[in-house]
Amino acid sequence: MSQLILRRVGMMILIMLVVALLLFLMNEGDPRLIARSVLGPYAQDQQLDAWIAQHGYDRPIMVRYFDWIGRVLSGDLGDSIIYKRPVNEIFWDRLGNTGILAGVTFVVMVVVALTLGVLAGMKEGSAQDRVISVFSITTTSIPEYASAVLLAWIFVFGLGWLPGTSAMTGGFNVVELILPVMVLTLYGFGYVARMTRASMAEVMTNHYIRTAMLKGLPYRHIIMKHALRNALIAPFTVIMLQINWLLSGVVVTEFAFGYKGFGALLLEAALRRDIFVIEACGLAAVFVAVFTQTIGDLGYTYLNPRIRFK
Amino acid sequence: MADHNGKDNGNGEAPVLDISGLRLSYYTRAGEIPAVMDFDLTIAKGESVGLVGESGCGKSTVANGIMRYMGKNGGIVGGTIKFQGRDMAEMSEEEVRRVRGKDIAMIYQEPMAALNPSLTIAAQLMEVPMIHEEVSEEEAFQRAYDMLSAVHIPDPKRLMDSYPHQVSGGQQQRVVIAMALLSRPALLLLDEPTTALDVTVEAGIVELIAELSKESGTSLLYISHNLGLMLEVCDRICVMYSGEVVEEGHISSIFSWPKHPYTHGLFGCIPLPHADKNARPLNAIKGQLPLPHQRPKGCYFGPRCEFFQTGRCDSDHIPMEEVFTDDDDAHRVRCLRWNEIDHDEARTVETTRDPIEVGDTVLEVDNMRKYYEVKESTLAAMVSGGSVRQVKANESISFDAGEGETVAIVGESGCGKSTFAKVLMGLETATEGEVRLDGTDLGSIEVKKRTPEQLASLQMVFQNPNDTLNPSHSIGYQIGRVIKRFGIESDPAKIQERVHKLLDTVKLPRDFVNRKPRQLSGGQKQRVGIARAFAGNPKTVIADEPISALDVSVAAAVTELLMDIQREHRTTLLFISHDLSAVRYLADRIVVMYLGQIMERGTTDEVFAPPYHPYTEALLSAVPIADPEVEKRRIVLEGNLPSPLDPPKGCPFSTRCQRKVGSICDDEPPPVQLDGDDHSIACHIPLDELREVEPVITIPDRDLEAPAAPQA
Ligand SMILES: Nc1ncnc2c1ncn2[C@@H]1O[C@H](COP(=O)(O)OP(=O)(O)OP(=O)(O)O)[C@@H](O)[C@H]1O
Ligand code: SF4
Ligand code: SF4
Ligand SMILES: [Mg+2]
Repeated sequence: MSQLILRRVGMMILIMLVVALLLFLMNEGDPRLIARSVLGPYAQDQQLDAWIAQHGYDRPIMVRYFDWIGRVLSGDLGDSIIYKRPVNEIFWDRLGNTGILAGVTFVVMVVVALTLGVLAGMKEGSAQDRVISVFSITTTSIPEYASAVLLAWIFVFGLGWLPGTSAMTGGFNVVELILPVMVLTLYGFGYVARMTRASMAEVMTNHYIRTAMLKGLPYRHIIMKHALRNALIAPFTVIMLQINWLLSGVVVTEFAFGYKGFGALLLEAALRRDIFVIEACGLAAVFVAVFTQTIGDLGYTYLNPRIRFK
Repeated sequence: MADHNGKDNGNGEAPVLDISGLRLSYYTRAGEIPAVMDFDLTIAKGESVGLVGESGCGKSTVANGIMRYMGKNGGIVGGTIKFQGRDMAEMSEEEVRRVRGKDIAMIYQEPMAALNPSLTIAAQLMEVPMIHEEVSEEEAFQRAYDMLSAVHIPDPKRLMDSYPHQVSGGQQQRVVIAMALLSRPALLLLDEPTTALDVTVEAGIVELIAELSKESGTSLLYISHNLGLMLEVCDRICVMYSGEVVEEGHISSIFSWPKHPYTHGLFGCIPLPHADKNARPLNAIKGQLPLPHQRPKGCYFGPRCEFFQTGRCDSDHIPMEEVFTDDDDAHRVRCLRWNEIDHDEARTVETTRDPIEVGDTVLEVDNMRKYYEVKESTLAAMVSGGSVRQVKANESISFDAGEGETVAIVGESGCGKSTFAKVLMGLETATEGEVRLDGTDLGSIEVKKRTPEQLASLQMVFQNPNDTLNPSHSIGYQIGRVIKRFGIESDPAKIQERVHKLLDTVKLPRDFVNRKPRQLSGGQKQRVGIARAFAGNPKTVIADEPISALDVSVAAAVTELLMDIQREHRTTLLFISHDLSAVRYLADRIVVMYLGQIMERGTTDEVFAPPYHPYTEALLSAVPIADPEVEKRRIVLEGNLPSPLDPPKGCPFSTRCQRKVGSICDDEPPPVQLDGDDHSIACHIPLDELREVEPVITIPDRDLEAPAAPQA
C-alpha cells in the first residue's frame, strides 16, 4: 500500500508539472502580450521592451518556467494587474469562500446521492426505485442557471424564505449559502445517485447476499454490512471526480448569486486577462483535479481488498 | 454411514421436515413456470436424504422453497412445508428470518461466490451467533474459532483475519460449512457442496460433513447429480424428474433394485467399474428433460422411456406406488409398469464393440518442461533481488501415444494438465524437451507459426463449450470457417456439405447450421465443439475435461460419441480429466500427474491395481462409486494442494502423502521405478513393498448376468 501511495503521489507531481507548463506557455508564452496587458494598450514599443528586460522576460522560456515554479512554491503568486495588489491577498480569501460552498455542497450532495442511490438499488424495479430514478434524471437535465432562477423564484419571490443574493455583505451568513448549495446539489447528485443505484443493484444479485439472507440476518444489517461497502466501491471514484465538476459548476452558481468566490474571481480575471490571477486559479483547479483523482484511486484500492492484497 | 435410524419417521419421533404436495412456481413474462409439482419428502432427525436428478429438474428450487427464498419471481403455490411441526409457508417474514441460518442452514456449490469479498472471515462467521443468539463479541469470536478448528482448519487465528480470496477453494468451503454449522442447525441443506472442488479435497469435506452432522444430530438434505457421492453420504435418496419425485427409498434398495426406468437410465450413464467401453458401453438416456411448462400428459418421462405404452402411460398423471421388498418399507416409485419391466432382459439387447487396434506411435512427448516466470512485486522481494520466481508447471513429462489410442492425463487442479494442453496446442512453447507429432517437434512452434496441416492435425475439445463458441456467429459459419482455414475445402458448396456431414457425425440435426450458440443446450454445444475439433481430420485430439460440465446423461452421450468418432477416424485421443471413473472407462493408458510431475504411468489395468503410487491410491479412494457392491478402502488426505509457486523440495506429494516414509521424501526427489515395460512409479517406497498394498477397490465378480444378492 505504501508503495502504491508513493507511486501515486509521484505521478501526481509529474502531472502537476506538465499541466503547469501548459498553463505557463499559454499565459506567459509571449512576453510582449504580458507587457501589453500590464502596461495597458497605449504603451510604446520601447516601454514594452524595457519592461520585458527589467522583469527578466527576455530569458529563455524554460528558465522562466522553472523560475516561476520556484516562486509559486515559495508562495509568491505575483501581482494582480487589475487590483494592483499581490494575488496572495485576494486569492486565498476567495478560494476559502469557494471551499466553504463546495465543501458544504459536497457533503450534502454525497449524502443525498448515496442515500437515494442505495434506496433505489436495493429493490431494483420497485416503485421506490422508479420514483428516485426519474427524479434524479430530471434534475440532472436542468442546468444550474435554470434551477437557480427557478429556485430563486420559489424561495425568494414566492415564499420569501431566503435572501436572493449571497454576497455576504454583512459577514458570513449560513442562510445565504442555502440557495447556491441547493442549486449545485440538485444538478450534481443525480449522476452519483444513478451510479450508486446501478452498483447497489448489481451487488444485491450476488451470491453472498443470498448467503447473508439465508443466514437469517436482518435486512438492515445485510444492506449496511454486506451490500453497502461493496456497492460503494464503484461510486467512490465518481464521487471524487465530482469535486472537479463542482469547481466548474461553482463558477456559474457563484456568478448567479453574487457569491464572492474563486469562480467569480476566475471569470473576472479571464475576461480582463489578469494573467497571474488566471495562473493561480488554474493551478488551484488542476491541483484539486489531480489530488481528488489520486485520492479516488487510493480509496478504491483501500475499499477493495481483492486489489489491496494482491 | 448408512445406518437407517430414521426409517420413515415410524419410530414415533416427529420428522424434522415434512413436505407434502409442495408446488413451486416461477413467474416470467412467458407465464407461470411450474418448476416443482406435487413434491413430498420427509426427513427424520439425524437422517441424511439425497436428492438427485438432471439439471433443471428442480432440485435447487426445492431447497430454496424450504428456505422460503424463491427470489423476486418465485413462490409457493400449494402444499405445506412443515419444519419441526410449523408450516414455513404460514410464518411471518420475521419468523422465517429467525429460522434461516439458525435452525436451517445452507451450503452451496460455489464457496467463493458465497462469501463476501470485502469482509473478513471472522466477521462473516461471528455475525451468525451475534444476531441469532445475541452473544457478546468475545463469545462469538470464540465460537467461530472453535468451529473453524472443528472443520480442521490448521491455523484458525490467521484464517479469521483473512479475506475469502486469500484462502484456497477447499478452505473456503470449510469456512462455509463452519458458518452453516455455527448455530447447530436442525437441518442442513447442501446444494452440490463439493462439485467445485478437487476429488481428494471433496473426500475430506464429505467426511467432515458426515462427522459433524452426526455429532450434533443434524439432518441433511444433500443435493447432487453424483450418484456415487449419494451412496457414500445418504441414508435415503429421492430421484427427481421434471419437478417431481419419481422414485425414493433407502440407498441400498434404490441402488440394488432401481424400479423406475429413469433411475435405471441414470445408472446406465455412469461409468461404473464393471462398465467397459467395448463389452459394456454406457447407455445414455435418449432425449431431453422437458421444460416445466411443456410437460407431456401422463408420465413426464414418457417420451424418453423405452417401456412407454400408448394409452396407458400418456393418459393420467402417474401416482407414487409402494414397492415391497424384503429390505425396505419406504421404497416408492412413480411408474405404472415397475412390476412388469425386466431390466435384466432389456440389458441383453445392448451393443458391444470390437476394441480399436492401436497403431504406430503418433505423438511422442520427450522430457518436456514448461516453466513460467512469475514476477513478484513485494518490497521484500525487490530488496532481496529475487523478484522473479519460477513456476514449474510441467517437469520432465514423457510418454507417447499410438494411432487410435486413448491416453488419459489425470490429476487435480494445478497439476499442470492444462499447461500441457497449451504447449501441445502451441499457445505456449515448451521450455525444454520435445513434443513430436508424426516426427516433427511442435513443442517449440507457436500456434501462429504452425502450418495449416499442423494445426488441423492437432485439435482440442474444451471443458466449457461456452468459452470457445463465438456467440454472435451461427454454428454452420463457425464449423465452416475451420474447414476453410485448414484448407480442407474451399468451394462453398463443398464446405456446406462437409458441415452437414460433421453435424451428422455428432448427431445434431442439419438445420442447426443456422442456429446461434445461445439456442443450444450444454450438451449440444459440446457436440458442436467436437464437430469443430474433427473438422480438419485431426490425427490427435486433446479433450480437456470435455464432459465434466455436463449432466450425467449428456456426458454419457458425449463420451460415446467421442469414442465412435475416434473409432471411425482412428484418432489418437488425449483425455484430460480429474474423474477416475470416466478415465478407467475410456483410457487405454493413464498418466497420473501431481504438481506438474508424473507420479505414475501405465496401462489402465496397471494403474488401477497394485502396485500403486500413493497418490494414485488416494485418488482412487476419493472417487465415489455408485455401486453398493464395490468395496472401497477409505483414504482421506490431509491438507490442500501446495502452491505451485512453492512446491515441496523432495517428492511433490510429500506434504499430503499417507505413506510418507520420512525425511527422505521431503528432501530428495523420488526415483522413477519401472514395473514391467511401461509402468512407472515415482516414489521412495520400493516396488516390492508397494506390491503388497491391498487393492483400493474390490469389484465383485459379475460374470453371472443375474443381479447379485444385495448386501444387507
Ligand atoms: N428465477 C427463475 N425464473 C424462472 N425460471 C426458473 C428460475 N429458476 C429456475 N427456473 C426454472 O425452474 C426449473 C428448475 O430449476 P432448478 O434450478 O431448481 O433446477 P436444478 O435441479 O437445481 O438444476 P441444476 O442441477 O442445474 O442446479 C428449471 O426449468 C429452471 O429453468
Ligand atoms: S409410466 Fe410408462 S412411460 Fe412412465 S416410466 Fe413407467 S413405463 Fe415409462
Ligand atoms: S516419495 Fe515419499 S512422499 Fe512421495 S509418494 Fe512416495 S512415499 Fe509418498
Ligand atoms: Mg441447482
